[in-house]
Amino acid sequence: MSAPDIGDRPPGAAVGMSSQSGLAAALTPVLTVAASLFGLGLLWGLAANAWPSRAFPGPGLVWQVLLAEAANGDLFYHLGATLGRVAAAYVVAMVAGSVIGVLLGSHRRADRFFSPWVVLFLNIPALVVIVLAYIWFGLNEAAAIGAVAVNKIPNVVVTMREGARALDPSYAEMAAVYRFGLLDRIRHVLLPQLQPYLAAASRSGIALIWKIVLVVELLGRSNGVGFQIYLYFQLFDVAAILAYTLAFVAVMLVIELFLVQPVERHATRWRRRPA
Amino acid sequence: MQPVGGVVPLRVDIAEKTFRSAQGVSIKALQDLSFEVRQGEFACLLGPSGCGKTTTLRILLGLDKDFSGSFQLPEGGSDRIAAVFQEPVLLPWRTVEQNVRLALPKSLRTKKLDGLFDTLGLAGMRSLYPAELSLGLARRAALARAFATEPAVLFLDEPFASLDERTAERLRHLLLTVWSARPTTALMVTHNLREALMLSDRIIVLAQRPAHVLGMFDVKLPRHYRNPQVMSDLLRSFQQKFPGVA
Ligand SMILES: Nc1ncnc2c1ncn2[C@@H]1O[C@H](COP(=O)(O)OP(=O)(O)O)[C@@H](O)[C@H]1O
Ligand SMILES: [Mg+2]
Repeated sequence: MSAPDIGDRPPGAAVGMSSQSGLAAALTPVLTVAASLFGLGLLWGLAANAWPSRAFPGPGLVWQVLLAEAANGDLFYHLGATLGRVAAAYVVAMVAGSVIGVLLGSHRRADRFFSPWVVLFLNIPALVVIVLAYIWFGLNEAAAIGAVAVNKIPNVVVTMREGARALDPSYAEMAAVYRFGLLDRIRHVLLPQLQPYLAAASRSGIALIWKIVLVVELLGRSNGVGFQIYLYFQLFDVAAILAYTLAFVAVMLVIELFLVQPVERHATRWRRRPA
Repeated sequence: MQPVGGVVPLRVDIAEKTFRSAQGVSIKALQDLSFEVRQGEFACLLGPSGCGKTTTLRILLGLDKDFSGSFQLPEGGSDRIAAVFQEPVLLPWRTVEQNVRLALPKSLRTKKLDGLFDTLGLAGMRSLYPAELSLGLARRAALARAFATEPAVLFLDEPFASLDERTAERLRHLLLTVWSARPTTALMVTHNLREALMLSDRIIVLAQRPAHVLGMFDVKLPRHYRNPQVMSDLLRSFQQKFPGVA
């Protein structure tokens, strides 16, 4: 669709800090987080010094391992492999879960019939799904990603079903009278109403998915952070395990801060009213 | 002025419409409701609250298909219909202009809307979100959306209810201005007799529920002659013809 003025434009009102006190107020939470993390690192260093052991390396050693793994490229290769799986599983789970959730939320009979299935799938342990996927579909990428997605889909279904139940029929009726096309209906009527639910499903989704991806990699892949952690577990190399874990947590934090939150702010810009 | 709109008038012939509540109670909303609106005519459906006016419009808009009977919308020209609902029903996440453009068919998507926005006093509000508009302005935006689509027939459901009288009066004049520029076959629902007398070519008077037509009241006089003096005369002759109503 190429019509002017129907795209998502950035908000007209400038968003920014208007005064010094505003800047300070914005920086305070960042500084608090930094101080808090620094405190944790300090505590870790002190503890590692007090009880020196191979099983409990200090932050300095972990940092050195991290640099070494980054220098020889392994770190980025395995981070990349894991991130790719996280992204693929996330997309599959969100799309499939949203479609199923919206259908169930808008068809009461189907919902009553399939509700027990949803409860059942919600309660199957992640490990069982992963093992069965590998047995049935082989030790391949599709089975790995599918297993992760299947673990997440029931949560998405439950959230999006709530979202569909909360849809305001008057918007759909307006769209019907003015004969909106299917794409316009989805993009301009359905998705904006579902946005808070999508955001909620997304948020809990990414956190859950990356943890399951590590298990999938440990059980049946030959690369990725989960594979590396398993490798260093067998070598009893705790510093490397911690290095990979911290690197991956850092990446997920960056994604949350620089991708998830800006997207969410953009999607909800219409809620902000000028002062 | 050449009336635009359908060649075939709007013809309504609803035999019955019954609501069944979850408890099994059934409410007969419409019975033997039939009337016509001639092409290019502005007609009002006048009836007391709860008599079935909104129900009738929902059937004509194709939003409620569970009724017996039939109706025919104007044909020829565009086959589009437009509606101004009881609430403005603007998408809160789209600006005023986006709300209007989204309702346009592909062929009109890029058309100039300056004239329409100017007439309705919305020129400076095109990039605002609905939450930033007062109710009066939101209703103007809903009018803009309806007229922008150049429909063959226009339905309005008490578009000026729940506004203060001054704002409502101003909006009635705006409605007349945009409608006169392109006299579309229009059916407006109202329970306000004065409003009906001011705006319409003909008033279709409905009875209490189940709604059916009590009679017609034609207002032949051109609208610009309908000053306060004439209005009170119209009011009197309406009340003579329909003593119990309003
Ligand atoms: N969805 C519905 N279910 C049951 N009864 C309804 C429904 N919609 C309307 N009614 C009933 O039908 C009658 C007519 O309603 P409506 O057409 O909204 O009246 P109005 O003339 O005020 O617009 C009312 O008595 C109302 O209670
Ligand atoms: Mg009504």
